Amino acid sequence: MKHLLAIEDLSREQIEAILDRAESFAEVGRRDIKKVPTLRGRTIVTLFYESSTRTSSSFELAAKRLSADLVSVKAAGSSVDKGESLKDTVATLSAYDPAAIVIRHPYAGAAQMVAGWTPAAVVNAGDGKHEHPSQALLDVYTLRRRLGTLEGRRIWIVGDVLHSRVARSNLIAFQRLGAEVTVCGPPTLIPRGIEELGCEVSHSLERLGEAEVVYALRLQNERMRESFVPSLREYAASFQIDSRRLNPRQLLMHPGPVNRGVELSGEAIDSPQSLIAEQVAAGLVVRMAILYELLAGGERPAPVGAGDGAGAPTPIGQPA
Amino acid sequence: MSLRGSLDVRPGEDAHLVLRRATVLDPVAGIEGVHDVVLRDGEIAELAAPGEAAVEGAEVLEAEGLHAFPAFFDPHVHLRTPGHEHKEDVETGTRAAAAGGYCGILAMANTEPPVSTAADVAALREQARAGASVPVGFLATVTRGMAGQELTEMVELREAGAVGFSDDGLPIVSARVMRRALQYQRLCGGTIALHEEDPELSGEGAMHEGPVSAALGVAGIPSVSESTMIARDAALAAYEDARIHVQHLSAAESVQAVRAAKAAGVKISAEASPHHLCLTDEEVRSLDPHRFKMNPPLRREADRQALIEGLRDGTVECVASDHAPHQPEEKDVPFEQAAFGVTGLETAFAALHTELVLSGTIELGLLVERLAGGAAPFGIERPSLAPGSEANVVLCDLGAEWTVGEDGYESRSANSWCAGRTLTGRVLVTVAAGQVAFRLRSFSLGVAA
Repeated sequence: MKHLLAIEDLSREQIEAILDRAESFAEVGRRDIKKVPTLRGRTIVTLFYESSTRTSSSFELAAKRLSADLVSVKAAGSSVDKGESLKDTVATLSAYDPAAIVIRHPYAGAAQMVAGWTPAAVVNAGDGKHEHPSQALLDVYTLRRRLGTLEGRRIWIVGDVLHSRVARSNLIAFQRLGAEVTVCGPPTLIPRGIEELGCEVSHSLERLGEAEVVYALRLQNERMRESFVPSLREYAASFQIDSRRLNPRQLLMHPGPVNRGVELSGEAIDSPQSLIAEQVAAGLVVRMAILYELLAGGERPAPVGAGDGAGAPTPIGQPA
Repeated sequence: MSLRGSLDVRPGEDAHLVLRRATVLDPVAGIEGVHDVVLRDGEIAELAAPGEAAVEGAEVLEAEGLHAFPAFFDPHVHLRTPGHEHKEDVETGTRAAAAGGYCGILAMANTEPPVSTAADVAALREQARAGASVPVGFLATVTRGMAGQELTEMVELREAGAVGFSDDGLPIVSARVMRRALQYQRLCGGTIALHEEDPELSGEGAMHEGPVSAALGVAGIPSVSESTMIARDAALAAYEDARIHVQHLSAAESVQAVRAAKAAGVKISAEASPHHLCLTDEEVRSLDPHRFKMNPPLRREADRQALIEGLRDGTVECVASDHAPHQPEEKDVPFEQAAFGVTGLETAFAALHTELVLSGTIELGLLVERLAGGAAPFGIERPSLAPGSEANVVLCDLGAEWTVGEDGYESRSANSWCAGRTLTGRVLVTVAAGQVAFRLRSFSLGVAA
C-alpha cells in the first residue's frame, strides 16, 4: 500500500491488516513510555485546508508517537492565503522530502491529485464530501473491538448523508467487513442513486429497532437556509436519535463534533451505549497504524515497539 | 449562401486538386462510389470516373482506398478571443478545426468581454480575414454582457455580420428576457442558440447527478436542469413562432423534449457533442478534470443511447464539438474546482468513427451527414460534394490508427477528452471554401515520394 486515498481502494484483508496493527499499538499506549522509534528521522507533513480538531490532532500525535519529525501546515495563515495553488504548495513541501503527506481538502479527489505530484506517501484526511478513510478505519476498529466481527451486523447510518464524506467511507468499510447497511434521512439529504452502493435507503426511523449499531451524522445548521430541512426542530422531531428511539442493546456512534440536541439528544450522547469517546481514542492508534503500514509496514511483519526492529530505518549516525 | 459568402476566412488561392480514385460518400447529395474528385476555381468541378479525370495543371492526390466526404461544419466552438488568447485564438482554433476536417465553424460569444457590440463583431471578422484557416462565423450574445437582463442591439449586430445569437456558457434564466429575444428575432433574424440549464437546479453541481455522484460525494447536475429549460423555451418559441437551436444536448429527457417540440411543429434544432455520444459519467470516477469535466456533464448510458437514437431519427440534426480550450492551471486542480470544458475539434470525426461506426452502432453515412449538419440551422449552406458546389471536402483514411496528443495539438490547449486514446480514422486533407486548409504532413510527404 503506497497511499491511503479511499476506502474504496482497500480490500477486506488490507482493512483487517490495519486494524490488527492498531491493536498492537493499543498495547503500546498502555505503557508508561508511549513512543516507539519506528519512524525516527523521517518527516511527516500534515496539510489541512479545512478546520479539524480530532483528525489533525490525532494524526499529529500519531506521528510523534512513531518518532517522526512533524510539520503541520494550515491553509489559513500560509501561502495558500496568498493564492498559491495546491500543486505548487505540494511541490514546496515535497522539497523537504517528507515520507508522508496527510492532507485534508474541501474538494473531492484532492488527495489523489497530490499523490500524482509528490513522491511521498499520501494520506487522505478527508477530501470534500468524497471520503474520509481514516475515520472509517477507526470506526470499524471501534466496532470490531466491541462486537468481535461486523459480519452480518446491521448498521444504520442516520442523517445528512448527502454532505457527509464519513457516510460514504463508512458505508463502504462496513459492507466490506460483511455488515448490512441502511442509510436513513429525509429525501433531501440522501443522494440520488446511493442504493447502487449496495445499501438500503429509509426515510423514517420506524424500523430503527432492527439496527445493532446506529451511526448518527452531524447536521450543519446552515442546511436549513438551503431548504434541505424546514427547521432543526422538525428535523429533530423526525430523525433525532434519543433515548426513546434507541433501545438499550443498540450501540451509538457519531464522528463528531456533535450538534447536541439536533441529531443526538444529550442523554443519548452520554449513555453507556454511546461509543463516541472510544471512537476518539481509537483515532490515535488507527492513525499510528496507517502511518506504520504506509511507511514501515508493507509485507514485512515488523515487531512493534521492539526497539530498532526489522521495520525500523537505519539509526542515525550509521551509514545508510 | 456558400461558406465564403457568409463567413470570414483568410483569402488564399483556390486549390486545383484531383483526388484520384477516392471513395466518395455524401448521403444528402446521394453520392456514393469511387470517383476522381476534381476541385477547381473554388468548386467541385467534376466527379469523374476513376482514373479518368484530366490532371493537367492540377495537383494529384492518389486517394485509392481513402474516403472523401463533404467537410464538416461545427456550430459550437470557443475561440476564446478576445480576452483568453492564452487558451486559443482565431488562428490556432481554426487550424485545429481544419485538422479535424471542418470547413466552417461558428464561434461562441462568451469571451472577455463578451461579443455584445457591432464593434466586437467587426474586430473578430477582421481577425478571421487575417488569419483563419477555415471560414468562421461569429455569434453575438443575446443579452448585454451575458448578464441575462437587457437585449443586445440585435439588428445592428446582424448588420455587422453576426451569424446568430447565443449566451452559451450561461442560460437565459429569465423567461421574460427569453421571450423578448424571440419576439425581437422577427426584426433581425438570426438563429438563437441556447445553453439550456436551470441554475437553480444545477446549483454547485460539477457532474451528472446519479449513482456516480452519490459515490463520489460530488454535487450533481440533474438531467431535469436541462430538459425543463428546453421545454420552457420550446413553448416560448412556439408561442412567438421563433427559431431556436438547442446546444449540447446531454440527457434522455432533453432528447424527448426536442422530439416532442419538433413533432408539434416548433422551429427547433439540436446538436450533440462527441463526448456525450461516446462517454458516460462512469469516466468521472477517475476524478480527472482534464478529460471528463464539462458542462453539460457526461451522463448515464441510457442518456448516451438516447442521444444516439436522436442522431438516427433526426431529432439531433448535427454533431457539435463544444471545443472549449483551457490551460493546465485551470485543470490541474481538484475536480470540483476545475474549469468546465474539453477540446474536441481535432478528434470529433475519429472518435465518433471509432466509437460509433466501427462498433456498428451507426452507419458511416449517418455520421458524415450529422457532422456537416451544423450549417443549416444557422441558414448556412450545407457542405456538399455535388458538382458545382463550393469545394468543401475532407479526405480521410478510415484505417489509420493514431494516439491523440502524441504529436501535440493544433489547438493552443491540450484538455482533449480523447487525450491518450488510440483512435481509428484520420483526416488527411481538408479543403475549405476552395482552399487547402489542412494536410497531414506525413500524407503529403507520401505523395511526393
